[in-house]
Amino acid sequence: MDEEYDVIVLGTGLTECILSGLLSVEGKKVLHIDKQDFYGGESASLNLSQLYSKFKPSGQKPELKGRDRDWCVDLIPKFLMSNGELTNILVHTDVTRYIEFKQIGGSYVYRNGRIAKVPSNEMEAVRSSLMGIFEKRRMKGFLEFIANYDEDVKSTHQGLDLDTNTMNEVYNYWRLENGTKDFIGHAMALWPNDDYLNEPARQTYERIVLYVQSVAKYGKSPYIYPLYGLGELPQGFARLSAIYGGTYMLDTPIDEVLYEDGKFAGVITKEGKAKAPIVIADPTYFPEKVKKTGQRVIRAMCIMDHPIPNTNDLDSLQLIIPQNQVGRKHDIYIACLSDVHCVVPKGYYLAIISTIIETDTPHVELEPAFKLLGPRIDTLMGIAELYEPQQDGSKDGIYISKTYDASSHFESMTDDVKDLYFRVMGKPLVLKKRPNAEEEEGLNGL
Amino acid sequence: MSFPNPPKAIKLVLLGEAAVGKSSLVLRFVSNDFQENKEPTIGAAFLTQKCTIGDKTIKYEIWDTAGQERFASLAPMYYRNAQAALVVYDITKPASFLKARHWVKELHEQASKDIIIALVGNKYDLVEDSNDELRKVSVEEGKKLAEEEDLLFFETSAKTSFNVNEVFIGIGSKIPDNSPVTETRPENGARIDLSSQPAQKSNSSCC
Ligand SMILES: Nc1nc2c(ncn2[C@@H]2O[C@H](COP(=O)(O)OP(=O)(O)O)[C@@H](O)[C@H]2O)c(=O)[nH]1
Ligand SMILES: [Mg+2]
Repeated sequence: MDEEYDVIVLGTGLTECILSGLLSVEGKKVLHIDKQDFYGGESASLNLSQLYSKFKPSGQKPELKGRDRDWCVDLIPKFLMSNGELTNILVHTDVTRYIEFKQIGGSYVYRNGRIAKVPSNEMEAVRSSLMGIFEKRRMKGFLEFIANYDEDVKSTHQGLDLDTNTMNEVYNYWRLENGTKDFIGHAMALWPNDDYLNEPARQTYERIVLYVQSVAKYGKSPYIYPLYGLGELPQGFARLSAIYGGTYMLDTPIDEVLYEDGKFAGVITKEGKAKAPIVIADPTYFPEKVKKTGQRVIRAMCIMDHPIPNTNDLDSLQLIIPQNQVGRKHDIYIACLSDVHCVVPKGYYLAIISTIIETDTPHVELEPAFKLLGPRIDTLMGIAELYEPQQDGSKDGIYISKTYDASSHFESMTDDVKDLYFRVMGKPLVLKKRPNAEEEEGLNGL
Repeated sequence: MSFPNPPKAIKLVLLGEAAVGKSSLVLRFVSNDFQENKEPTIGAAFLTQKCTIGDKTIKYEIWDTAGQERFASLAPMYYRNAQAALVVYDITKPASFLKARHWVKELHEQASKDIIIALVGNKYDLVEDSNDELRKVSVEEGKKLAEEEDLLFFETSAKTSFNVNEVFIGIGSKIPDNSPVTETRPENGARIDLSSQPAQKSNSSCC
C-alpha cells in the first residue's frame, strides 16, 4: 500500500483519535496506525485478562465472576464534565451516536476525617454538613457572587477584580475558612494543589462556573461517563475518522520513520511505505523527541464487592482528598464505578485511586484512600511517567501529544487537542455541527 | 383500535471482507440504489431504515464497517449490543467465504449470544444467466455453513436487488416480539441524551 496521505497519526489514544476524526471531517486524508492490537493506547479500558497480564503478569488472579469482557477497566481514570469541552466536541461531531453516557452519582470530598457531598449551589451549601452555621452563610454569599458575577455590570463585582485580585483575596473578602477554601479550590475548581491561591482569581472563577453549570445540567454531579468505559471514546472518534475516509491499521509497529531534509516524510510498516508531510503521535512513538515533565502518577485499581462506605451506597462517584487534609502537596482522586456503567459484572465495584507521586514509597501515599474504601478483593497498581514534546513540531512536522495527566477530568486533554490542532492546521479549532449525511433515512418503501 | 408501539430499534452490523458488497447491500436496502465502482460512501456509515413485517415495525440501525475491516481494525464498539448481523461474502471469491467463517466465529465471541446472523452470498447477478463458471462458492457450501452455525442464508445481488429485502425481512421475523434489550445493557438509571436536539427526521416505512 504505497500511498500518500495528508496526515499520519500514530497511536489511538483519545487525543490522537479526536484529532484524526476532526481532520478527516475537514477533508484531510488520514492514515491512523497503532502498534498495539487494540484501540485506545494509554486511554484504553482493559478487560480482565488484559488487565492482569499488564499489571500482575505472574501474580495470582482472584476468583472473579463474569466474562472477561464484562470488565472494562480504565488505564487513566477520568470523568467528563457534562458542560466541558470534551462533551462539546462529542456533541458537535455526533460521536454521541456511538456512545451512551450516564451520570456519575455524586461528587464527594474528604474533610476533617469525614466524607461529605460537595455542595454545588447556594441551597446545597445551606444544607451541607461540611460547614458550621455561620460559615454556611458566608459560603452562600460566595456562591451567589459567582452565580451573579457579570463582566459588564460593575455592581456585581463587589469591588473585586478577577484579573488583579488573587483567589485568596477573593476568598478572604467573603471571610471563608481554610477548610472551605480547600473544598472550593480542590473539589469544585478541581485544582490539584494550592498554587492557584496566589494567582489571579479569573481562572478559578471560570473553573467554579464550569463545575456549577455541569452540575446544573443533569443534577446529581458535574460528571458523566460512557457505558463500557472510557475506552469507548477513542473508538468512537476513530469511527468518525473512518467514516470520513480515514484508514485504520492496528497491530502495525513502525519499522522506520522516513525523513527528507530533516522533516518527517512518512513511515514504513509491514504494509509498505506510507508518505505524509505531517505526523501526529503520542509520546511513545518518538521517545527521543519528548522530555519528562518531572511528574509521575501512581494509579491503583481496586476491585471491591461493595460501594465506598459513607457515600449513600451510590453506584458511582468521585471522591477527592484535598492535599491539606492529609499533609500532602497533591490531591488524591478516587473514581468509583459499578455495573451501572457496564465496567464490572453485577455485584462488583471498581475504585481507581490516583495522585502525583511525592515520595520514594508511592504506594504508601495512597494509604489515606485505601482506608476510606474498606476491604478490597484485589488491588493493581501502576506508575506512569508524564512526558511532553520538546518542540512544537513546526520544524520537523512531528506533532506530539502530552501524556494524560493526573487530573480527574478531561479539560487539560482537550487543551492539548486544541493546541495540537492549532499547530497542525495553523488556525484555531472551531467546532461546527457536522452535516447529517448519516441521517438519511430510507424514503422509498420496499 | 390500538396505538402502534414505537418501532423497536435493532442494531444491525455488517461484516465481511472488503469489496464483497456490504455497503452496496445497505445502499440497496435503504435507498433502493446501486452504484457501480463507487468510492466508499463518506459520511454515511450509520443509516436507519424502518421495516414492517406483519403487524410489527422494526427500525434497523445499520452500522457499516466504514472500511475498518480492511486491515482487521474493527473496534469492539462495533459489535457491542448488535442484535443482528449480516456476514457477507462474494460468491465469486472463495477467499471471502473463508473469511465469512472467521467473522461468524468472531461474532460468537464478541457479540451478544442471542444475536441473529444472516449469511449472505452476494453478487448473484454475476452467475445468473447460466454463466456459472464465475461461481466459486456453491449454494450447498453456503447452506451447509449456515446450518452448522444456525444462520439464516441468502444469495443476493445488490446490483439487481435480488433477494436483498428478503434478508432484512428474514432477520426481522426472527427478532422476538418482546425481546428484552440485550443481556448486557442495563435498563436501570436514566441514560442521558447529550445532544438535546430532536434527532430523527420523519418516518418512513418499508417492506
Ligand atoms: N456485480 C455486482 N457488483 C457488486 C454487487 N455488490 C457490490 N458490487 C460492487 O463491488 C464493489 C465493492 O462494493 P462495496 O459495497 O463497496 O463493498 P464493501 O467493501 O463490502 O462495502 C463495488 O464496485 C460495487 O459496485 C453485486 O451484487 N453485484
Ligand atoms: Mg464498505
